Amino acid sequence: MEFFHSVPRIPFMAQRRFCYVLSTILILGSIAAIGIRGLNLAVDFTGGVVTEAQFPAAANLERTRTALAEAGYPDAQVQIFGSSRNVLVRLPPEKSGTATEISSKISKILSTVDPAVQIQRTEVVGATVGKELLTKGIEAMGITLLLILGYIALRFRWKFGVGAVLATLHDPFLTIGLFALLRLPFDLSVLAAVLAVIGYSINETVVVFDRVRERFQSLRKAEPIEIFDIAINETLSRTVITKLATLIVVVALYLLGGEALSGFGLALIIGILVVTYSSMYVASGVALDLGANRRDLMPAERRGPADDMP
Amino acid sequence: MNRYPRWKALLFAGVMLVSLFLGLPNLFGEAPALQISRKDGEPFAGAESVSQFTSALASAKVTADTAYLADGRVTLRFADVPTQLLARDAIQAAMPDNFVVATTFASKAPAWVRAVGLSPMSLGLDLRGGIYLVYEVDVEGAVRQKLSLLERDYRLKLRDSRVQYQSVEAQPSGVVVTLKEASKLADARTAMAAVDRTLVPVTGTDEQGLATLRVALSPEQVKERQDFAIQQNITALSNRVNALGVSEATVQRQGLSRIAVQLPGIQDATQVIRLLGKTATLEFRLVDMANRAEEAKATGHAPLGTKLYKERSGQPVLLKRDVIVTGDQLTDASAGFQNGEVQVSLTLDARGGEEMLRTTRENVGKQMAVVFIERERQLKEINGEKVAVDVTSENVINKATIRGVFSNQFQISGVTLREGQDLAKMLRAGALAAPVYIVEQRLIGPSLGQENINKGVRALLVGSAALFVFMAAYYSAFGLVADVVLVCNVILLVAVLTLCQAALTLPGIAGIVLTVGMAVDANILIYERIREELRLGNSAQAAIKAGFEKAFSAILDANVTTLIAGVVLFLFGTGPIKGFAVTLSLGILTTLFTAVIGTRTLISLIWGARSRIDRLPV
Repeated sequence: MEFFHSVPRIPFMAQRRFCYVLSTILILGSIAAIGIRGLNLAVDFTGGVVTEAQFPAAANLERTRTALAEAGYPDAQVQIFGSSRNVLVRLPPEKSGTATEISSKISKILSTVDPAVQIQRTEVVGATVGKELLTKGIEAMGITLLLILGYIALRFRWKFGVGAVLATLHDPFLTIGLFALLRLPFDLSVLAAVLAVIGYSINETVVVFDRVRERFQSLRKAEPIEIFDIAINETLSRTVITKLATLIVVVALYLLGGEALSGFGLALIIGILVVTYSSMYVASGVALDLGANRRDLMPAERRGPADDMP
Repeated sequence: MNRYPRWKALLFAGVMLVSLFLGLPNLFGEAPALQISRKDGEPFAGAESVSQFTSALASAKVTADTAYLADGRVTLRFADVPTQLLARDAIQAAMPDNFVVATTFASKAPAWVRAVGLSPMSLGLDLRGGIYLVYEVDVEGAVRQKLSLLERDYRLKLRDSRVQYQSVEAQPSGVVVTLKEASKLADARTAMAAVDRTLVPVTGTDEQGLATLRVALSPEQVKERQDFAIQQNITALSNRVNALGVSEATVQRQGLSRIAVQLPGIQDATQVIRLLGKTATLEFRLVDMANRAEEAKATGHAPLGTKLYKERSGQPVLLKRDVIVTGDQLTDASAGFQNGEVQVSLTLDARGGEEMLRTTRENVGKQMAVVFIERERQLKEINGEKVAVDVTSENVINKATIRGVFSNQFQISGVTLREGQDLAKMLRAGALAAPVYIVEQRLIGPSLGQENINKGVRALLVGSAALFVFMAAYYSAFGLVADVVLVCNVILLVAVLTLCQAALTLPGIAGIVLTVGMAVDANILIYERIREELRLGNSAQAAIKAGFEKAFSAILDANVTTLIAGVVLFLFGTGPIKGFAVTLSLGILTTLFTAVIGTRTLISLIWGARSRIDRLPV
């Protein structure tokens, strides 16, 4: 089977201006979504108490809420989690000082609703720990970007570096923005997925840039815009197939991995789609508009004789 | 012809064989088990050590699936958790109290797998169920404690060298000694230097014009004290965790002032946390016989040099401010009966013994009290706001006349059997140096853990199967090669994870799934290159060769960048996220090995030796 029997000739670079507009709108939209709607931060980051309980039959949310409110927790969030038998109770951090007592109290309250209830999981995170996890997460994102910038600086000159970094910033931003827009729960595993998206994004850009470099060397007469188009078109088949392959497993994770992994899977699905777009348009477009040419590429490293190759 | 160096092919085959072998124990799964060790730490030996437990189980009508001796411990494996718990109760009821019975999981692998020393991957709490706790150590409290010890030592030394003082007071940043006469400054300095030479006092005057000497801890000393407090807490928590009888429990330092405790398999959070988090310690003080305690209670003012306490009965009692010995000088504690009375036998360290000897020698006939101090962090409402405060309860549990001189070994009485045992256990586990409180707590039930495993594994299997079909459909025979390589990759990854004994978590499984999804990228890069070379009209063999060579730099780049993200995640992540980082990073390394060397080996093996290939199935 082959999707691309010959190298396609899509004029990617001619469309880049349109994509700048689109990306700007999307980024502004993401900022607005994060700023206005805010991220639906999970207990990992806000601190508080989360209890997952399984009832023998479909859970009665109304009775659970009333029971919790009567016991002094009117601001408890109660929702269905995964199946209709599973209930997630979440309490804000202000009341979670002595975590242990509260979690045992909640299980007592739930057993008044149905004595056969089973507590599946309880998580108590102090407010300070939550804040720390959030700052640590932001730090981690910053450091990942810096390290990757360093790597790009080693491999390419600055014009390509700027393009790569912009594309790499662009991708987690849109992913997080979509999570804010849809109010999807943002927990530690989603953060891990966003960091994986950063790594994935830069790897896509590098594969395209590698080909740009190769073509700058082999096609001495071509204009930079032609070189970029040729490189993107030549790698298009690989880009699409790789994305499909990764999407297959990530979708499996999203659909079958259970509640605990669905957020992780979804963040990667969004991330992969965004990465595909940005590696084709944003990174190359910016490098081209910064006037990237033959001299901006370091000479390709000489590798050893063929026998040393795998 | 497209020959591949034979040693690389052999290396690949060898690595895969070893991996298969290492990964083998994971196929059998685990079952609930009991692990029994002797309380005195001596290893079990001989077949009768196993049979005593199996016969105890037999009389309680509980059957173990298997029972064996390994590493000096007896392991009994059961069909399910209820049986396991029945068995534990049966053994604890039937056996004398000299074994530690720990609930755990044991591999269902046959005996020969065990015999060659293979064990399955260890599972994280989210897959196995259990409790994850993060304690914050009150390091400032540890410094305060150090200062109050210093205060005591200065008092003693100044008195010994006959320097009269108005007061010796521990303050947040140091200790201030106020002298009655300024002429004694030099003597006071000498006395204070005898306590700790590294602390140099600074002279000054207080509001009344009295000469003062002030010492402050240097930043290094503060740091040292804080580190010591954390280390001591880790030791104490480890001891307490061991006393709980949970195998595979871990106690680790996390960051500057935190300790993470993982207790797989434990379900009763409330009880465990109570036992782990309470700081209990003892203080021995002399009873002040000169003043009346009732009077002090009525006025609310304890006379100078004394402190007001309560006995268990509620009776007030005045004790001297100077502490003779504190709990951190205890080296052993055990509870037992003597003359029909419950007694806790205590052993002190050398310094504590010396101190005790001196005090008892000087105070025969006087009374000495044992103060039991328990510290717990509670939530209090102050001005409508909830504030976490340390609640310290100090009770005189025992008051007795000193009948003779003793030093480092003695008994205290006046507690019930249960209290005596608890006290001995807590004291033996080590008095915590600084108060700790819980800042993070995660409790995962065993059924949720199993559900997580099932879902994660199902996602992996379904995702991989779909991917296999896709690759085979798109790249035909070469796609099948990629599938085989992918299987090799997962086997190698599982083997490496097993070897590292890094706990597998749910995000860790997600990392394996993601590795599978990203690993084929290397194959795709190679195959697309081969197709391009073929399109250019190159021969099959030349296309294969060029495909591998030209794709290599892109493969390396792609993996290095993802590795960067993985390493950062590892350094910044906590708990389950670390598990994701580990599998992702290791997965990249195994991908580089299998996708590059493995694919080349297989393709050379199948197509490399053919001189004429009409059409390459790529």
